[in-house]
Amino acid sequence: MHTLKFRGMTRTLGASLVTALVMGPGSALAKDEITMAVPTFTTGAGGPAFGVPGKQGVELLIDAINAGTMPAPYNTKGMGGARVKALVYDESGGNTKQVAELRNKVQKENVDLVVGYVSSGSCSAIAPVAEELKILTLLTVCGTPRVFEELVKEPKYVFRTINHAVASNLSLARYVVEKYGDKNGYTGVNPNYAWGQDSWRDFDMSMKVLAPKMIQTTTPQFPKLFGGQFGSEISAMLRAPEQIVHSSVWGGDIESLIFQGQPRGLFDNKLFLFTVGDSAVYRLGKQFPMGSLVGARGPYGIYASTELNKSPLNVWFQREYRARYKEQPSQAAYQYAQGVLAAKYAYDRAQAGNGGKFPSTDQVITALRGATFTSLAGTVRMSLSKGHQAVTEDMWGVLFWDMKLNEPMVRDVVTYPPECVNPPADALDSTEWIKAGMKGTKC
Amino acid sequence: MQLAAVILVDGLVYASYLFMVAVGLTVIFGVQRVLNTAHGSFFAFGAYLAAMLIGAWYKAGWPAYGGFLIIVVSAAVVGIVLGLIIERCLLKYLYDRDEHIVVLATFAAFLALEDVILLIWGTDPYYAIQPVQELGATQIAGLKFDNYNLSMIAISGVLALSLWYALRRTTWGKMLLAVIYDREVSRAMGINVTAVFLITFILGSILAALGGAYLAPTISVLPGIGVEVIVIAFAVVVIGGMGSIPGALIGAVIVGISRAAAVHLLPSIELFVIYIIMAGVLIFRPEGLFVPVKARRI
Amino acid sequence: MSRLADRTVIGLSISAVVLMALAALIPNWMLFIFLQSFARGAVALGLLVLWRSGLISFGHALYFAAGAYGAVFMQRMIANDAFAMVAAGLIASGALAFLLGFLLRQYRGIFFALLNMAFSMVLWGLLAKTEALGSTDGLSIVAPRFFGMVFAGDQSKLAIYFFAIVLTWMFSVAVHLYMKSTLGAMSTAVRENEIRLEYLGYSAHRAVHVKYVISALLAGFGGVLMGMTVGIVDPDSMAYWTVSGEFVFITILSGTGNVAATYIGAFVFEIIRSLAFQYSPKLWQLIMGGALLLIIMFLPNGLWSVMARLRKARAS
Repeated sequence: MHTLKFRGMTRTLGASLVTALVMGPGSALAKDEITMAVPTFTTGAGGPAFGVPGKQGVELLIDAINAGTMPAPYNTKGMGGARVKALVYDESGGNTKQVAELRNKVQKENVDLVVGYVSSGSCSAIAPVAEELKILTLLTVCGTPRVFEELVKEPKYVFRTINHAVASNLSLARYVVEKYGDKNGYTGVNPNYAWGQDSWRDFDMSMKVLAPKMIQTTTPQFPKLFGGQFGSEISAMLRAPEQIVHSSVWGGDIESLIFQGQPRGLFDNKLFLFTVGDSAVYRLGKQFPMGSLVGARGPYGIYASTELNKSPLNVWFQREYRARYKEQPSQAAYQYAQGVLAAKYAYDRAQAGNGGKFPSTDQVITALRGATFTSLAGTVRMSLSKGHQAVTEDMWGVLFWDMKLNEPMVRDVVTYPPECVNPPADALDSTEWIKAGMKGTKC
Repeated sequence: MQLAAVILVDGLVYASYLFMVAVGLTVIFGVQRVLNTAHGSFFAFGAYLAAMLIGAWYKAGWPAYGGFLIIVVSAAVVGIVLGLIIERCLLKYLYDRDEHIVVLATFAAFLALEDVILLIWGTDPYYAIQPVQELGATQIAGLKFDNYNLSMIAISGVLALSLWYALRRTTWGKMLLAVIYDREVSRAMGINVTAVFLITFILGSILAALGGAYLAPTISVLPGIGVEVIVIAFAVVVIGGMGSIPGALIGAVIVGISRAAAVHLLPSIELFVIYIIMAGVLIFRPEGLFVPVKARRI
Repeated sequence: MSRLADRTVIGLSISAVVLMALAALIPNWMLFIFLQSFARGAVALGLLVLWRSGLISFGHALYFAAGAYGAVFMQRMIANDAFAMVAAGLIASGALAFLLGFLLRQYRGIFFALLNMAFSMVLWGLLAKTEALGSTDGLSIVAPRFFGMVFAGDQSKLAIYFFAIVLTWMFSVAVHLYMKSTLGAMSTAVRENEIRLEYLGYSAHRAVHVKYVISALLAGFGGVLMGMTVGIVDPDSMAYWTVSGEFVFITILSGTGNVAATYIGAFVFEIIRSLAFQYSPKLWQLIMGGALLLIIMFLPNGLWSVMARLRKARAS
């Protein structure tokens, strides 16, 4: 049995070797099926919060796209006329492994495009490689602005279909100043890795510009990512005089922080700003501290509930997702689905421009660069970084338990237009741009 | 003053968790000379089983104290089943091999068990927070601390005392000490070394699983929780002296309080304070704080 | 002369030439696997040098990362040249090992292994928390120049491939000759009975120190190579303790038999992982762990022992 399997494996390996030798990469045949690689966390601590909903969002959309059952304007079958096959694979295991996997997917398994990536680390690692491999890559969740500001300054193949992370911390700062200007000050508890450090820096800098009078005396905490034990950090927060706590924890960390903080009255004493709280809200339900601010990196998840967003596309997605998976779609479901929709939009548009024939990758890229398309949760404009970086609205609100719906909901919601929370297209470094006073915003 | 008190309590809570995960490791190393990397998996299995059962228990609406019983029972079940499998099917064949090879074998077992966890419990997190809510909170030095975490200090204390008693005051304990001191001579004296090894390994595994099971109600139990535990437990054991139970206790207290102090006073070193202490202790006390006696070979 | 005409040296040289010729035939992803194998194989070779003295380090990711970050520093701050980057990596890892060596050379067995791990975790923590060093996202390495020559696109990967083969060949031959020398032969003596060695007038501490620095240099070289291959260096995939675990994995997989064995071991490791991941993405760790267990149980002397056994069988 085992030898058989192994022989099968070697044979496949041999066959793909031969194929690669004979055909060379990127052979242009008429397509009736395109393969989309979808990297996301299927194992490890990032799975439940981002990986699983992301994967579900992709699968739901791809099934509907292949069947042609999506509402307009996406009611045609396939992408550019071709059926789509999703190849979901694991994003955990570190950057080196992700680079190796991307090479395998492109050169060995001949995928046509990549839609995915949750972690900023993965995105930073693979973006230059994707350019080198000439593979169309739509980054869906990761937030670090470094991708286009430092690593790939002249992008051709790499796009990102979500706001970069600066937007959500800047809009959060605006919301806090607007609604909680009377609080005495803020501190933070963020996981000690790039995402946590960047989130704190962006928020802190925005606050320093927008509300220079708010104090920040307590040293912010940076607990180890997925360390699991927040006892000392909770004590430190409880002792801090500041009334507001900024936190970008997610996955197991947000849950452990809540479980350990709840019995100690942490959330009764402090106003918590959970920048990606939406990723845990539905799983924790009533356990989640009501009255906290929860973010979703844009108008996704709880902000796309049908109470707040009644667009036909969104109503369809909410209905289908809840029916199929028996749960609410949280942010990652929307963000991954948005990547898939961006691909469908670009392939269809390129096909139309190609006289109805299946388009080349270059034509798809031209169709997507600088485009404006309708997504599930609103309009996406590819307006930054030479048309490769998306901007969308951002939304903030306060979490409460909606008795009528019997699920969590947000109130006092403020919607920030893209121009209000994103740097203008000519800003080269968004961190510097905040520091310099955020010139050119239109709110 | 208030800060010192808070650091002490925070530190002791963390130390009691560290002791739970480290003591099993040190016992196994002391007796069997096996540095068991799969210890982290036992911890994770304990956490998963406890979280799953506690969740089901409270859902059924059964009496609250059952949750605490479940913690102990899951630890015992995991320890006995996994301990038996790993010792009988793997370690048994490796006792006369190089100690590094044995570490690597347990590392392999750890890798494999990580995926077994995924196979059994999937990627969804498990929660079992009811026992924490049952116990409420206490005001210490002006801050609220939850009684569940405080109870961990007591449990660890009781654990340390009973282990000490078992080792020093029972025949079984004396046999164990004899095996630790000299395996060959003990065998010659008629001690069933094989049985001692098996029992020790199961005991150590139960302790690891207990750490996980006890911690389960305060965390989100999800894939990957075992990885963190291993290196931290390694560090504690090395600081205390490998194979020494009082060493594990003192090591846990030192690490626990240092980490709490770092969080409150110098958060920027929290990430690696444990390893700095470990390196520091080893520089001045090459074999840790409590050095087991060893014969010199010429 | 007879030394240079040694069978292993000839074997290594032939392999180097064959590998270079293969570049024209193999697909790009295979090239990448080869490059990774050279990088990890170099670290395993360093561990092999130590292991001959009975020492194993669970923290050689420390030098792997030091080399890689040294190369990034060289590329960004001083000179963008592959040779200069290797030199910087070697200086970074070698100097660090020289300093820590004074302390570590006094340790044996599991303490040596774990103290190394402690140091590597301190480095990991420092890198992960320092935003100026890229934090956990790491720092990127762009395609290097070679003595001022610039290669673009696919050619740049090929250039790195040839560069890697030449340097790997050089280091491997050097290590092989070293292990056959008197100082090298003392390895086994250190492992078997250190006190006896001291009575013979050799310093065991010095012998260990020298080996430690050599092993760190090889690990540093591996790190530079990995950085150039992947295009990014970051603490999680270069300095975390599981990375050190993989190196030990490869060393044990290869066995102490021969210098070349470490590269074969590294290649087998990459292939198993790559295939396991492709065909069974949910169970790849189970497959890796299972493979390792099988090797420990049934091939106690590593993959090289299979070669030796085959040769013996053919001879008889």
